[in-house]
Amino acid sequence: MKIRDRLTKTEARVAPYAFISPFFIVFAIFGLFPLIYTLWVSLHDWSLLAGNQGFVGLDNYRELAQDADFWRALTNTLGIFVLATVPQLVLATVLAQVLNSKLRAKTFWRMGVLLPNVTSVAAVGIIFGLIFARDYGVVNWGLGLVGVGPVDWQGHRWSSWLAISVMVDWRWTGYNALILLASLQAVPKELYEAARIDGASAWRQFWSVTVPMLRPTIIFVSIVATIGGIQLFTEPLLFGAGVNAISGGSTGQFQTVAMYLVQQAFTGQRFGYASTVAWVLFLLVAVFAVINVALLRRIRSVD
Amino acid sequence: MNRTQRIAAAAASALVVGVLAAGCGGSGDESSDGTITLRVNLFGQFGYKDLYRQFEKEHPGVKIVETAEGDLGKYNTKLSQQIAANASAGDVVAIEEGQTVNFLQTPDKFVNLQEHGYDAIKGDYLPYVANATTTSDGSATIGLGTDVGGLAMCYRRDLFEQAGLPTDREEVAKLWPTWEDFITTGEKFQQGIGDDKIHFVDAATNTYNSILMQGSDETYFDRDNKLVVESNPAVKNAWDIANEMIDAGLTAKIVAFSKEWDAGFKNGSFATVACPAWMTGNIKGQAGDALAGVWDITTVPGGSGNWGGSWLAVPKSSKHQKEAVELIKFLSSAEGQMGAFEAEGRLPSLPALYDTPELKDATNPYFNDAPVGQLFVAGAKNLKPVYLGAKNVPVRDAFENVLRSVENGQRSAKEGWPEAVKAAEKAAK
Repeated sequence: MKIRDRLTKTEARVAPYAFISPFFIVFAIFGLFPLIYTLWVSLHDWSLLAGNQGFVGLDNYRELAQDADFWRALTNTLGIFVLATVPQLVLATVLAQVLNSKLRAKTFWRMGVLLPNVTSVAAVGIIFGLIFARDYGVVNWGLGLVGVGPVDWQGHRWSSWLAISVMVDWRWTGYNALILLASLQAVPKELYEAARIDGASAWRQFWSVTVPMLRPTIIFVSIVATIGGIQLFTEPLLFGAGVNAISGGSTGQFQTVAMYLVQQAFTGQRFGYASTVAWVLFLLVAVFAVINVALLRRIRSVD
Repeated sequence: MNRTQRIAAAAASALVVGVLAAGCGGSGDESSDGTITLRVNLFGQFGYKDLYRQFEKEHPGVKIVETAEGDLGKYNTKLSQQIAANASAGDVVAIEEGQTVNFLQTPDKFVNLQEHGYDAIKGDYLPYVANATTTSDGSATIGLGTDVGGLAMCYRRDLFEQAGLPTDREEVAKLWPTWEDFITTGEKFQQGIGDDKIHFVDAATNTYNSILMQGSDETYFDRDNKLVVESNPAVKNAWDIANEMIDAGLTAKIVAFSKEWDAGFKNGSFATVACPAWMTGNIKGQAGDALAGVWDITTVPGGSGNWGGSWLAVPKSSKHQKEAVELIKFLSSAEGQMGAFEAEGRLPSLPALYDTPELKDATNPYFNDAPVGQLFVAGAKNLKPVYLGAKNVPVRDAFENVLRSVENGQRSAKEGWPEAVKAAEKAAK
C-alpha cells in the first residue's frame, strides 16, 4: 500500500471525529468544566468576592437538606411547573391538530402561534406584571366589572403561581405546537383514511392515531418543557419587580429554585452554597427527565 | 477520500482551531484611529451627559459611553459577578452605599486611588465619604464619592389640601418634628381624605429604612461585622415605628421601585415619600410634567438622615485605567458634582460646596420652587456616618421582606419580629 493511500485511509477514519468534535469541545469548555468546577466549589465555603475560605466537605449539602427556604422554593418551582406545563402541552397538541386541518391562510396562523415566543421575555414579564397589578391591573379591573374584589396577585401563593403559569404558557404553547405540527405532518395520511373507513370518530382518531404517532415528539417536547420549567427564573423575577425582586414576594411565595440560587450567590455572596443549590437543581432536572421518559413510554405506540 | 471530503475535513479542523482561539483571544476597545472608548457603568440617572461632552472636549481621542441600569438589585448582582470574574465591568463603575463594605473585601480588584494622588483631594470630601471606600488598614482606596443622600420629605400639596392639612412647607414641617407626630398627622390625613385608595405613605419599608439610618452609627452589624440586630435598639425602634404606621393603615403597601410604585406617583396613591436628594429626580421622572408644582419638599421627622449615596471606582479589568481615573476625578470634582446637582438633584459630598450660593440658594421649580439647597444641605451637614457591614444588603432584604409580609397581612407584627431576626441570622451567614 502506498503512503498516499494509507494517509487517505487515516483521513477517512479521522474525518468524522473532526466533524463532530466542535460540539464536544465547546461542550467540554462551556458545559462539562463548569459542571465539575461547580461541584468543587460546592464542597467549599466560598465567598463570591473574598474567594475560597476552605474545604467543608458535604456541610453545604447537609445545610441545604434542612433549609426551609430551599424546600419552599422547590415546592414553588414544582407547583408552577405542573400548573404551567400540563395545560401547555395539552393545548399545544390540540393546537397542532387544528393547525394541521384544512385552514384558510395556513401560514398566517402557523406563524401567528409563534409570535409570543419571539417577544422578549423581559417585555412579557413587564406587561404581565402590569396586567396582574393589584391597583391598576387589567385583570383586577375585569374582575371588578363582574363584582369580584381585587386580587393581590403577588400576595398569595396560588395567585402568583397562576399568574406566572399564564405567562409561561402564553410564550411557549405556540412554540411547542409548531414542533408537534411538524411531526404531525409526517404521519401517513393512509392511517387516517383507514381509521375513517373503520368508522373512527375524530376524537378516536386523535387518541389512537395522532398521539401514538407523535410519541417521540411528545417525549422531546415534554423533556424540554421540564428542563425549562424546573429552571424557571426570568418570569417570576420580572413578575415581582422592584426592591428584593429576587426573593419572589415578601414570604418567598413565588421564589423558584433558580432564583434562590442567584439570591444566595449574588445577594448573599455565598458562592459555595449557591453551587450546592446548582448541583441539586441539576440532579433534579436529570431525575425529572428520566421520570418523564418513563411515564411517556406508557403512551401506546402504533408500531 | 475525494477532494470535496478533504476540503470539508480541513474546514472542520479549522473550525475547531477557531473555536479554541476565540476562547483565549481578547478584543481591545481601541479602534484603528487611536481613539479610546471609556465605558461608564451606572445605576439610575447620575446627570453626567453634559459633563461627558466637556471631558471629551478636554481630552481629544476619548469617547465616553454610558450604560445605566434602572434596577439597583440587578445592577449590584451584575457588578458583583463582573468584579468577581475580573471582566467586563466597564472602565468606570458606580458603587452604591450598601455595597462599599462588600467590595472592600477585595480591594485588589480595583485601582488603588492612593497611587493616583488621592491624598491631595481626600480632605475635600465629607470624612465619612472618604472613609467608606478606604480599607480599614488605610492602605487602599477604591472609590471617589459623588453624592450623598441627605434626607428630606416629599409630599403632595393637593392631597394635603384635600385632607384639610396645611400645604405650606414651613407649616408642614411643624406637623412632624418626630416620627410619632408623623403618624398622628397621617391618621388625620387618612380621616380627612376619606378615600381608601389614597394613603399617607408609599410603603412601610421606605420609612423604616429612613428611621433606621437616623437612629445610630450602626445598624445590623457592629464594626467587627458581628450581627447585632437584637442588641442594637435602633433596629427595634425603626421596626416598631414602621409597624405603628402599618397598624394605623397609613401605607399604600406598594413595593418600592416596582412598576406599581412608579404608577403610584402619577395616580396619587400616596401623599408622602421619604426623599433623599436623588429621589427628586426620580419623582420628577415618574410623576411627569403634569404634576409640576404639585409635589413639594419639607424636612424629615427626626431632623436629618441619610439614604444612599454613590462612589465611582475603576476596576482593575479596565484597559484604560489612567484615563478612567482622570474621568472619575473630574466627575467627583466640585465642577462635576455641581453638574450632577443641576441635572438630577444629586447632593454633592464636598462640604466646600455647601456654602456656595449656587447650592445654598438653589431652588427646584418642579417642587413648587422648594429651596432644595437649604433643605438638603441642612440634612447633609448634620449627617452622622452609619456603618454598614459587608452583609448589609442580604440582611436588609430579609428585614424588608418580613416587614412587607406584615404590611400585607401575611403575618402579625408580633410574629414578624422573631421571624425577621431569624431571617437576618440566616442572611448574615
